[in-house]
Amino acid sequence: MAERLLEVNDLKVRFATEDGIVQAVSGISFELERGKVLGIVGESGSGKSVTAMTLMGLTRGVNARFEGEVLYKGTDLLKVSDRDMQDFRGNELGMIFQDPMTSLNPVYRIGDQIVEAIQAHENVDKRTARARTIELLRQVGIPNPETRVDNFPHEFSGGMRQRAMIAMALSCNPSILIADEPTTALDVTIQAQIVELVSRLKEDFDSAVIFITHDLGVIADIADEIIVMYAGRVVERGSKRDLFYDPQMPYTWGLLGSIPRLDRPRPERLHTIEGSPPSLINLPDGCKFRPRCPHAFEKCTQEPGLENRVETPGHLDRCWLDVDFKRSHRDQTISGDSAEAA
Amino acid sequence: MTVLEHASESDGSALLEVRHVKKYFPIRKGVLQREVAHVHAVDDVSFAVREGETLGLVGESGCGKSTLGRTLVRLLEPTAGEIVFQGTPIQDLGPRRLRPLRREMQMVFQDPYASLNPRKRVGTIVSDPMRIHDLGSRADQKRRVGEILETVGLSPEHYNRFPHEFSGGQRQRIGIARALALRPKLIIADEPVSALDVSIQSQMLNLLDDLQNEFQLTYIFIAHDLGVVRHVSDRIAVMYLGKIVELSPAEELYTRPIMPYTEALLSAVPLPDPDLAEQRERIVLEGDVPSPINPPSGCRFHPRCRYATDVCRQIEPPLVDYGNAHLAACHHPLNVDKATLQQVEVAKQHSPAEADDSALPQDTSGRSNPAVAPDTRSR
Amino acid sequence: MAAYILRRIFGMLIVLVAVSFIVYLIFIVIPGGDPAQRIAGKVATQANIVSIRHKLGLDRHGFTGFFIQWFKMVKALFTAKLVSYANQTNVVSQIKQGLPATFSLSIGAAIIWMGFGVLVGLISAVKAGALSDRVITALALVGISLPVAWLGLLLRYFFAGEGGAVSWFPDGGYVPLTSDPVQWFYHLLLPWLTLAVLFIGFYGRVLRSNILDTINEDFVRTAKAKGLTSRRILVKHVLRASLIPIVTLFGLDFASVLGGGAIITETVYSLHGVGWYAAQSISNQDLPPLMGVTLYGAMFIVVFTLLVDLAYAYLDPRIRLS
Repeated sequence: MAERLLEVNDLKVRFATEDGIVQAVSGISFELERGKVLGIVGESGSGKSVTAMTLMGLTRGVNARFEGEVLYKGTDLLKVSDRDMQDFRGNELGMIFQDPMTSLNPVYRIGDQIVEAIQAHENVDKRTARARTIELLRQVGIPNPETRVDNFPHEFSGGMRQRAMIAMALSCNPSILIADEPTTALDVTIQAQIVELVSRLKEDFDSAVIFITHDLGVIADIADEIIVMYAGRVVERGSKRDLFYDPQMPYTWGLLGSIPRLDRPRPERLHTIEGSPPSLINLPDGCKFRPRCPHAFEKCTQEPGLENRVETPGHLDRCWLDVDFKRSHRDQTISGDSAEAA
Repeated sequence: MTVLEHASESDGSALLEVRHVKKYFPIRKGVLQREVAHVHAVDDVSFAVREGETLGLVGESGCGKSTLGRTLVRLLEPTAGEIVFQGTPIQDLGPRRLRPLRREMQMVFQDPYASLNPRKRVGTIVSDPMRIHDLGSRADQKRRVGEILETVGLSPEHYNRFPHEFSGGQRQRIGIARALALRPKLIIADEPVSALDVSIQSQMLNLLDDLQNEFQLTYIFIAHDLGVVRHVSDRIAVMYLGKIVELSPAEELYTRPIMPYTEALLSAVPLPDPDLAEQRERIVLEGDVPSPINPPSGCRFHPRCRYATDVCRQIEPPLVDYGNAHLAACHHPLNVDKATLQQVEVAKQHSPAEADDSALPQDTSGRSNPAVAPDTRSR
Repeated sequence: MAAYILRRIFGMLIVLVAVSFIVYLIFIVIPGGDPAQRIAGKVATQANIVSIRHKLGLDRHGFTGFFIQWFKMVKALFTAKLVSYANQTNVVSQIKQGLPATFSLSIGAAIIWMGFGVLVGLISAVKAGALSDRVITALALVGISLPVAWLGLLLRYFFAGEGGAVSWFPDGGYVPLTSDPVQWFYHLLLPWLTLAVLFIGFYGRVLRSNILDTINEDFVRTAKAKGLTSRRILVKHVLRASLIPIVTLFGLDFASVLGGGAIITETVYSLHGVGWYAAQSISNQDLPPLMGVTLYGAMFIVVFTLLVDLAYAYLDPRIRLS
């Protein structure tokens, strides 16, 4: 049994804004073990990024309210002081972001930015930190790290910058790497490289990864477990195989169907999830996906709990529909042919 | 020559013909600012787009696809070459004569956040092009904006809102509405969906499809994601370091890529199927695209190509027709049978000079005979 | 880099020539009447006027005449031979005499306004929305709105000289740094403050909004995610980026006070600097010194524009000078 690094219990995050209370995350739970990759999937506004930032303590502020627990090796990160949280960030939990151009400070050399991260947590002199930085850059696949270490971010290509970000996030050997849409801003070819790199480094650094994306296709390779989020909730959760081969939520079908796929014949029209995600200030009653769900029926006015409704233990969903009905109807949506006909 | 002639059999007429277009950006140095080098952003590109079709333009960042898009509508001035739009060469037109043509060709940009003026209302953004081109009365314009907003899936009530009040997908709809305002013939869409969530992406792709049918639009669709491009395109041009390295009917490119670069691009597209993803061979392209200031000799792809040999380092392969309007520039073509290969060899020997023109309609009568690839996709 | 600087210096020379041309147009041609009469001053003999007219080429007419006149004026200035006709002093040496006072005033005031400007901006940005921010904002706006002449006279009235309500400070005048550093400081403190107040308010406001923009940048989030302390994030990542635009403001403002732009402050406190000299010349309608002072000021602006660009390239490596 691998070491359990993270346990999130019924986490809720609310923000007070001028327009009202934003229910960004409404009670999500998951665990993460060393060596595993957890994928979190959802559209913008589903709460996936807020969840990640909350783990890092980056959502803290006068307008934010938290409930639940975020247990990192037994310590509740929600209760840790701002001061002490600094010691966790970068040191125990590393994070990389969507846009590697804007995420690196343009006026400092790449190497100096990584050295800074190392020296923030470890009492080492600059020379040692620099040597380690070069070694890290080599590990993430940057050619000639001895000279590249003194480059500025704008002298790197997009893929190189994201590699440098990864080197920075891993510089203090964190147990968990949180990757928030790390491939979205990159070319497809570079995306594939970064995904592969993350999965290799997870082994090298013996860590766990939380990989956040809006594109299920990206994590088909590397995720062990996947959480699908919608309107601040987990709507489906299961192993990679569960999610791809036996998806239970019509929302998950929609996400799968929206991807233009190379492994299937081209459909006349792509499946789309009609409409847009609900406002987190004014959530609909019942199942939050109901207004966009082509299969909604009366029962959906009550919100279904996140429960195990199929044979596989650990595969949870929030949908009232009959499992057999779902299994016979979902392929229409997923393979992309005329969901409208349903 | 049979192979080359094949490309000229066609119905439909070419809306846009691009002949040997180059776009170099000078690099200046010294007290006198002499040009010491050039960025070869677009380097001798030729192709034609038939009315009503969608040409996909794919490649990695820095391959010149966006520069090419902008050059085609003269947002950038071409360094050399001819751009013929509806039979008129537009590369040298002055601003006055270009203006009416600008109405016919519009662009949709990648970043829906950056490409809309945050201080203007949606109605103004969409009606501005009409006002600039002096189309109809104020009331007409307003009514028309309402119609367009509805066409792209927004509501006429959105007229007085500001861009920041909309989500990314909705903003891209505004961008499309703005492009549609002048009822253009050609829309050049530069990565229109790559900043959007997949769920919104598919809405946008379907919308573009509907608009094409409704308004008989011709698209040049620029993107880095071959999955997205396949869905919208009739034909696809693959660009690498300023050159078109493969040009093919859409489906054929996926079933029978000829250029190893295309093969590698295809293998990088994520498959939303864990078993398939695990099984397939992923060709990881080492390193980045080389600098377009000093492109590699011979075939520009050779430093990253796993099939490269000496000839690739020395001789730049021409773009030749492998049948079925499928063109590729490669010394070691994949997925080509012996017979075709021999025909191509013969054709190359007979007319080496024409080889580079093979992406263009063949000019038999001396007058423009706008012929393009056969329609590969029935609608 | 060297090529760039060389090209810029060449450009600067062209700008200076253009400025001298415009100055000439404004001071000699546009007012009409007899320029020689004006140059000679209020009490000049007819012979005097004729000689000036000849000396400056004013007896030549037409297009060539115009250029000859302009050329003679500029040549006189650059060979340090331009002479004030009101009191027969050499313009260049008069400007030179004013330099110590002007430089002392400018440098001291600049240190004060930069220091306090950053402090004000930093505090109000960190406490954005809080009471301290609002108080500082109000004070900054008051500072920006105070007319310098009024503030200068007020400070003098209350704090300076025998007649002051509390005579903590000497009533104007300048003591050279080399003769008595303490008196130098003592005499300059009020002028420094007077000159700096406007800039403090202004810089504070600009910096505050820059900081608030920068705080939302992705790279600041990255800095937090690295686990840096808030102070380090503020100083190394936020402040540094926010200060870059301030460099432009500072360069041009500093150049203009060095170039004799602090006319009011110098006059109010009787600091006999370049600004004071300009004021004197204006009230005497003494045109040659005005020509000299304007070109002198223009030179500082041009030089500092170059320095600002160089500083920019140093502060932001993405900017390439070419």
